[in-house]
Amino acid sequence: MMTRRLTAVGLPAALFVVLALVPLYAGVFDDRFVLLFATRILIFAIVAVSLDFILGYGEMVSFGHAAYIGLGAYAVGILAEHDVWAAWISFPLAMAVCALFALVTGAISLRTRGVYFIMITLAFGQMAYYTTTSLSAYGGDDGLTMWGRSELFGTGLFNGDTSFYYIVFGVLLASYLILKVMTRSRFGRVLEGAKQNEARMEAIGIDPYRYRLTAFVLAGTIAGLAGALMANQAEFVSPAYMSWHRSGELIVMVILGGMGHLHGAILGAIAYMVLEETLSGYTEHWRLIFGPLLILIVLYGKGGLLGAIRGR
Amino acid sequence: MTVSEAAPILELQGLNKSYGALHVTKDVSLTVRRGEIHALIGPNGAGKTTLIGQISGSIAPNSGAIVFAGEDVSSLGVAQRARKGLGRSFQITAILPAFSVLENVALAVQAKDGHSFRFFKRASSDAELNNRAKVYLEMVGMTARAGLRAGDLSHGEKRVLEVAIALAGGPKLMLLDEPMAGTGPEETERLVTVLHGLKAKIPMLLIEHDMSAVFQLADRISVLVYGEIIASGAPEDIRRDPAVREAYLGGESDL
Amino acid sequence: MSTTLLAVQTLNGLQLGILLFLIAAGLTLVFGVMDFINLAHGVQYMLGAYLAVAGYQLTGSFWLALIIGLALALFCGLVLEFLVFRRLYDRDHLDQVLATFGVILFLNEAVKVIWGAAPLSLPAPNLLDGAIPLVNNLQYPVYRLALIVSGLGVAALLYVLVTRTRVGMLVRAGATNPDMVAALGVNIRRLFMIVFGFGTMLAGFAGIMAAPILSVEPGMGDNLLILAFVVIVVGGIGSIRGAFLAALIIGLVDTLGRSFATDIAKLALPPAAANDVGPALASMLIYILMAAVLFFRPSGLFPVRSA
Ligand SMILES: Nc1ncnc2c1ncn2[C@@H]1O[C@H](COP(=O)(O)OP(=O)(O)OP(=O)(O)O)[C@@H](O)[C@H]1O
Ligand SMILES: [Mg+2]
Repeated sequence: MMTRRLTAVGLPAALFVVLALVPLYAGVFDDRFVLLFATRILIFAIVAVSLDFILGYGEMVSFGHAAYIGLGAYAVGILAEHDVWAAWISFPLAMAVCALFALVTGAISLRTRGVYFIMITLAFGQMAYYTTTSLSAYGGDDGLTMWGRSELFGTGLFNGDTSFYYIVFGVLLASYLILKVMTRSRFGRVLEGAKQNEARMEAIGIDPYRYRLTAFVLAGTIAGLAGALMANQAEFVSPAYMSWHRSGELIVMVILGGMGHLHGAILGAIAYMVLEETLSGYTEHWRLIFGPLLILIVLYGKGGLLGAIRGR
Repeated sequence: MTVSEAAPILELQGLNKSYGALHVTKDVSLTVRRGEIHALIGPNGAGKTTLIGQISGSIAPNSGAIVFAGEDVSSLGVAQRARKGLGRSFQITAILPAFSVLENVALAVQAKDGHSFRFFKRASSDAELNNRAKVYLEMVGMTARAGLRAGDLSHGEKRVLEVAIALAGGPKLMLLDEPMAGTGPEETERLVTVLHGLKAKIPMLLIEHDMSAVFQLADRISVLVYGEIIASGAPEDIRRDPAVREAYLGGESDL
Repeated sequence: MSTTLLAVQTLNGLQLGILLFLIAAGLTLVFGVMDFINLAHGVQYMLGAYLAVAGYQLTGSFWLALIIGLALALFCGLVLEFLVFRRLYDRDHLDQVLATFGVILFLNEAVKVIWGAAPLSLPAPNLLDGAIPLVNNLQYPVYRLALIVSGLGVAALLYVLVTRTRVGMLVRAGATNPDMVAALGVNIRRLFMIVFGFGTMLAGFAGIMAAPILSVEPGMGDNLLILAFVVIVVGGIGSIRGAFLAALIIGLVDTLGRSFATDIAKLALPPAAANDVGPALASMLIYILMAAVLFFRPSGLFPVRSA
């Protein structure tokens, strides 16, 4: 009981404290790489948290979640191409585009269940991917380079390594807290209840569809916000952001960390990115190692990192 | 006004359902009046659960109509019918195993409040919600189990929880599919007492194999055999009906 | 848009449809009977192509390469089944997706290590080389026609197998009601092996047949895999008939859409805009089609299971 309370509150708190201290570490050891790498990780962590919200709590195995990163990024990139740099325009727009895409594709996908849902979200993800590859005016296959970063009311906060890191950190923290609160609300109970027994939910008068769709749109919107950050971080957007491999990796992050806790997704994102970085340091063919590793994790590593920490 | 003159809360009009060549519901017409428990009995595979499915909306009949509280609900979905006041317990226990007993009931209470688009207030510390849920736990005598994970309950307790969930939706009619199946004698007795006390407020369509419970509770009994209602009437008449004894019990019985 | 172009593109569409069918058939069979979603089905298509190229390099004969490719593809499939897949049959779909995703990562990379990242090719056999005139001035490569014909042949064979044989009967029964088949005391393990091996061969065959006309490269199975998903979702998971029909529809819509979308867009838009919108629209077409089908029929055109 004690340890459960500790891991439920203490672990995420400790995690965020450590993450908040990264720029300090980078400053003391003059390690810019760590700061940039951590920024990238946290952006993925935002996406992974949003995916865990629908996957872990709502059992919606979305295999097209990377599409939102790309859509959010393209919204920012295309606006920049037209010389619109103001974040207060581009960020809400990125989120709105993603919300709309999630609303339309989710409304159709959620009419189906199980494996149909997996395949359909995958297919819609591919649709977004191929659509951007055919945007010849915006670089097509090659992507689009941004010649700068978004502007936040003339502050230039997006340009400093440390300030940008804290923006990303803030978005992650806010996303985590908002979603966490929601999972405990009446809304969250409906999501979790529908996952456990849909027939029971309907018999008490709750049709899970609208609630699932709401969660789906919310997750897409948050992932889109992360995409907008990603465009700024890389100063480049390309269709590769939304390849289905990326969607697969996002699911891996969630499972690797331990799904259905939200902070597990953050741990998973960190672990995945560090693993990728380390393995690819040894060999460019790191997938040769990671592929079998993933299979082993699926077969024998139930509960992910959080499961291991709890020492079940 | 006596009970028998009251307007029926549920009226089934000529329901039919076939699975391929198998005619599982044959021209079934039946009423449940306000204030009564109407028991539906019949041998295994008679089509009782299928009938409940059609009433609650999870199975679409091939023909016929379902009138609930004066309204034709035939074209409504399961959740819509539930919101109109059709409560249901399942023959195969359908609780939410990862939630606590209290949370299972609280969810049914929250469903009655209309939509659940409440995002920020923590449900577990929503005193108003929990207090309302506790009333139903109290009613079925499960207060002591409130904090337990529903999946960890004994089989009998799960059956009781099923009934508590159905009650918590504040139904105008309860469809109970073998609530006493597999419960121990103590729980059976508890359920009989609870249902008996409630029937004035909540009419019920009760499917049950436990004949002693049926005869303690039922105001009327209908007998379903091979999808067809072969007899319907007061318990005493059913007990004496030779056709029922023949078809349902193969002649010799302690009905 | 000339009629000749239309005819050629229709044939190309059919040819894509046939390839998709060969891949989708295995996918839908395996899913229908075993409730197993195998993302690695696409890399099995790729393996077929690579193994045939290797066979060709060894023997110099397309026909020997075809046989070697098929045999090795089957062998690889069975090894994968033995090592990984059979541990996944009773897992949930999420686990199946992730583990087979791991297989994809591994095999795509392994192929890169063994054969390099550069595209390879397999020459078409002499017998099927060249082109023949179809109508007036339309020339069409013989090999592509042969591909269409052999694909139709396989489809017919599959139809006979599924409708006329005992295994086929079990396959159909398994797709509609898996528990019943298990209850009948059928050796499920063996049935799974047969179905899985057969699906692998079909994917391998598709890869080999595609090798002379598409470039053989790492990841070549990924895009087709997703198209095959669209096919079986539209057709109804578990339905061979649905897969066949949907494969042809998707193949035709995709191919014709890509060649004519810009022209069609020009009917409604100024040329400059049409040049941008056309290709984007073309690449969305099959997904829009899928969405439309699912909107009206959430379990596809030929639903097998009433779930
Ligand atoms: N989806 C279905 N498809 C085909 N047949 C079905 C289906 N559902 C039920 N049946 C058949 O309909 C008949 C009636 O089943 P039902 O479950 O309604 O019986 P029941 O009276 O509730 O039996 P029990 O007392 O065992 O609960 C059975 O023969 C059953 O096999
Ligand atoms: Mg029954």
